[in-house]
Amino acid sequence: MDSQADVSDEIAAIAKAYEAAADDGQGEETQPRLEYPPYRSSILRHPTKDLHHADPEGVELWAPAFGHQDVGALESDLTIQHGGEPIGERMVVTGRVVDGDGRPVRHQLVEIWQANAGGRYIHKRDQHPAAIDPNFTGTGRCLTDADGVYRFTTIKPGPYPWRNHRNAWRPAHIHFSLFGTEFTQRMITQMYFPGDPLFALDPIYQGIVDPAARARLVATYDHDLTEHEWSTGYRWDIVLTGTHRTPLEEDVPA
Amino acid sequence: MSLVPTPGQTVGPFFGFALPYDHDSALAPAGHADAVRLHGRVLDGLGEPVPDALVEVSQAGPDGSFPVGAGSLRRDGYDFTGWGRAATDDAGHYSFSTLVPGSPFFGITVFARGLLNRLFTRAYLPDWFEREGAHDPFLAGLDAERRATLVTTPDEHGFRFDIRLQGEGETVFLTYPRH
Repeated sequence: MDSQADVSDEIAAIAKAYEAAADDGQGEETQPRLEYPPYRSSILRHPTKDLHHADPEGVELWAPAFGHQDVGALESDLTIQHGGEPIGERMVVTGRVVDGDGRPVRHQLVEIWQANAGGRYIHKRDQHPAAIDPNFTGTGRCLTDADGVYRFTTIKPGPYPWRNHRNAWRPAHIHFSLFGTEFTQRMITQMYFPGDPLFALDPIYQGIVDPAARARLVATYDHDLTEHEWSTGYRWDIVLTGTHRTPLEEDVPA
Repeated sequence: MSLVPTPGQTVGPFFGFALPYDHDSALAPAGHADAVRLHGRVLDGLGEPVPDALVEVSQAGPDGSFPVGAGSLRRDGYDFTGWGRAATDDAGHYSFSTLVPGSPFFGITVFARGLLNRLFTRAYLPDWFEREGAHDPFLAGLDAERRATLVTTPDEHGFRFDIRLQGEGETVFLTYPRH
């Protein structure tokens, strides 16, 4: 198994090549690379051919709709799903989902999932010997409001070890699943916490080679969201890609 | 105003307790008179199954329009919502029960451990592909071998569509303007 130093060297070499290309005027890479060998699982799972340009048509101009029949109001609170209080730092995370033109994504589904405070997932394949918290599952859903705002109450997840290389640890994160108003805007990502010492070591986070781009995944601590004797607060806004439909078409099913 | 989109990240290995839900892959109940199956395998660069992938489908109804109603997460067994989700099993196999769309293709999104961002592709209906494929501006932009990765194969209960992330027969994955 490779060491962290091996992987860190690979990460640094890719970063250096990216900086050199940026100095030569190559634009910012705003998304992760699909081919990023320091993340070992990507080696056999990334397409080798360039993504093919397509103009969206038909179903690609539509997204599924979700309503209150799909998502219960209590599903946004991950701390009340069992008989008792989960262990760890209670926190709120909230922000706005907007499209590439800054318009709010209204009444749309947001799904999250995460490890518990000890860095343990409920998932049966997670064998990390940290305690399972009987009062915490780590899944939540909500619908954005009319201004595109989502809000969850949860427990701050812990970092956890994985087998990419020896002594590999993921920075603490919450997985987010997002929909826009079009198929083309679908995305899944991870939200991180400010100042995590594991950022530089993590080949998934560093798979976004541009420093400004990957910083977009880091939430901000917001004391105005923190509640007296109750919970800490984090803010994280999300921008989806741009849409293609004209407003007129929006009201007329194809 | 054009904003820079937030980057994606891998779905990771541990989504199985979070994203799948009851009847997620049953856009139409399997017992429905018109139900068909859309299924296949997700394969890696060695042709090995990917047992920790998640496939989503977006499609028109039989009349060709995209349904605009809610209800995909708690299906009532009657309304067709045009959207579903299926995790792959240990053999890398995913399966939907659905209706034949009245438009040329199923829109497919793929997530997996090891895949740093989602992939989009299209699964074309075989009849339409055979009849119109050569004249379609999008498909005509691909050579025949690549184009063939986007067509479903008819089988006993519906359509088969294998998704090859890498290597021989690598599926054509898409990027759209404004990505």
